[in-house]
Amino acid sequence: MSYHSIVLVKQVPDTSNITGEAMKEDGTINRAALPAIFNPDDLHALEAALEIKQKYGGTVTVLTMGLPKAADILRECLYRGADRAILITDRRAAASDTLATSYILAQAVKTVGNYDFVFCGRQAIDGDTAQVGPQCAEKLGVPQVTYLESIIDITDGKATLKRNIGNGWEVVRVKLPALITVIESANDPRPCAAKKMMKNKHKRVPLEIAGEDAAAKMDLLKQSGDLLEQWNLDDIHADLDRCGLAGSPTKVFRIQSIVLKKEGYKQVDPNEEGITGLVHELIVDKTL
Amino acid sequence: MIEKNPKGEVWIFAEQEDGKIQDVVLELCGKARDLADRLGVPAGAVLPGYQVEKLASVLISYGIDKVYTVDDPKLKNFTSAPYAHAMVKMIEKHRPQIVLYGATNLGRDLAPRIASETRSGMTADCTDLQIDDVPDGKTGVVHKDLLLQIRPAFGGNIIATIVNPERWPQMATVREGVIALRDPDPARKGEIVRESVPIDDILMAVEIIERHVEERRLNLKGARIIVAGGAGVGSKENFNQIFDLAGVLGGAVGASRAAVDGGFAGHEHQIGQTGTTVRPALYIACGISGAVQHRAGMEESAKIIAINSDPNAPIFSIAHYGIVGDLNQVIPMMIKAFKARN
Repeated sequence: MSYHSIVLVKQVPDTSNITGEAMKEDGTINRAALPAIFNPDDLHALEAALEIKQKYGGTVTVLTMGLPKAADILRECLYRGADRAILITDRRAAASDTLATSYILAQAVKTVGNYDFVFCGRQAIDGDTAQVGPQCAEKLGVPQVTYLESIIDITDGKATLKRNIGNGWEVVRVKLPALITVIESANDPRPCAAKKMMKNKHKRVPLEIAGEDAAAKMDLLKQSGDLLEQWNLDDIHADLDRCGLAGSPTKVFRIQSIVLKKEGYKQVDPNEEGITGLVHELIVDKTL
Repeated sequence: MIEKNPKGEVWIFAEQEDGKIQDVVLELCGKARDLADRLGVPAGAVLPGYQVEKLASVLISYGIDKVYTVDDPKLKNFTSAPYAHAMVKMIEKHRPQIVLYGATNLGRDLAPRIASETRSGMTADCTDLQIDDVPDGKTGVVHKDLLLQIRPAFGGNIIATIVNPERWPQMATVREGVIALRDPDPARKGEIVRESVPIDDILMAVEIIERHVEERRLNLKGARIIVAGGAGVGSKENFNQIFDLAGVLGGAVGASRAAVDGGFAGHEHQIGQTGTTVRPALYIACGISGAVQHRAGMEESAKIIAINSDPNAPIFSIAHYGIVGDLNQVIPMMIKAFKARN
């Protein structure tokens, strides 16, 4: 028995490197101003799918929604062992909140079709919401298993999985197809394979091809099998009222940058006199 | 989604595990009470489970007016789809204007599934909630009394206020430890409403085979005093000093993510955005630089002492007392001074 896994991945701004310049006036983020990386949890989602392929056979399809630049992480998925990679990109999808995003991704998953597993990282580091996975599961009408720790077994159309429940763990058996969200401790993502890099490094989505001779380049890539699939909202039969701003119930009302206030604090000397004074003060005010 | 209902109740999802209400739910009871009073509507709690009605009085004592129980053997242990279905049916029937969930693993699994099914807005992991009028940026129409859902985003570098003007209920998960727990009032009166929701077998696609719950060994949230160490402590061996000081002061030991990643202390000690949020009477930060992610978990502490050799460490910006020095010398001096009190 072999299994088809679809993995939802996201290219995210590296949130450990944010400057004020990266914020636009409307409170949204100018993603172009930040280094873009493979969302860390999603690497573990991909690895879970690759483990299933390795152990049971089958194929791994990766989907991402984003700007043409997000094709970077699609190539990276191919280097690590994915079989098929698809970019969903459409201006009309801009400003989607988690509900609209999960609708679009679910439409794309349905368009790929015929799957046993959908894997997602638990959450993306730009929003930390962990909502898109469960919302996708609901839209697909499949059960969800969140916080995957390990895949124990797959038999008779059911997967036995260990999941983290915060203050412990549980082992569950879920009917397939199912959507699984994966946490960091689940596995160690395999590195990119040199051979696969050589094979896939020239692959491009159509929107990455620019210049006067774009049409000719595109033909060449098509002939060599190096044109990556690129879908828009029409390709996945999306209802436009459920995408982008129109499809997003939540609105950003206000954004405040965290500013370090240099309020005065009481300086205590690092000597016996200073420390004794401090301890005395805390005892007097009943803190200690 | 449901039709906007300004007269709708303020609800919480009463997460329980093995017959015990989760701490964050008790915190939410107080918040729901405040929001409901502000809006002039009742505060409700939905309590799905099996043989859980006895827990209703706890919710009432913490400020809830109406407890809706959904009692069913199929809800004995949590699985996403049946719980989501029960909640959705209750929301459609009673049209609450707000529904809050604890941002636990369970809450963050359940709430988005409900939001998806009701096609309503959902904000994750809020650290504050308020009610206010919100003008629409484009049309200028003022939305009266919306729920402001306030949360850190972008790795804690910004604070975003999210609203859900049209597609109600307004829903959010709320982080544990960010709302002060009120004292319960056992004499408080409330109403229990027994509901039942048929749960189709098709929803029972996840079967729990085995379950292992660990006791919370460490009660960081309940600690009056916390002594926490960061990367600046330097080594696991050196981290013993943090334990020593905590022991002498009768406090608990906390750690920054850097200290946990460095193997100085176990994950259960971690304080900050990805760990526990605490608000003790006294927080002693030793060798912690004070990254936003850490500060998010402790800046509400009543008194903060920062010990750091770097005078420019950001932790000093939120400290009440600052000691610029080597913690290897400062900590023994503190222990000595405390032992010599009286």
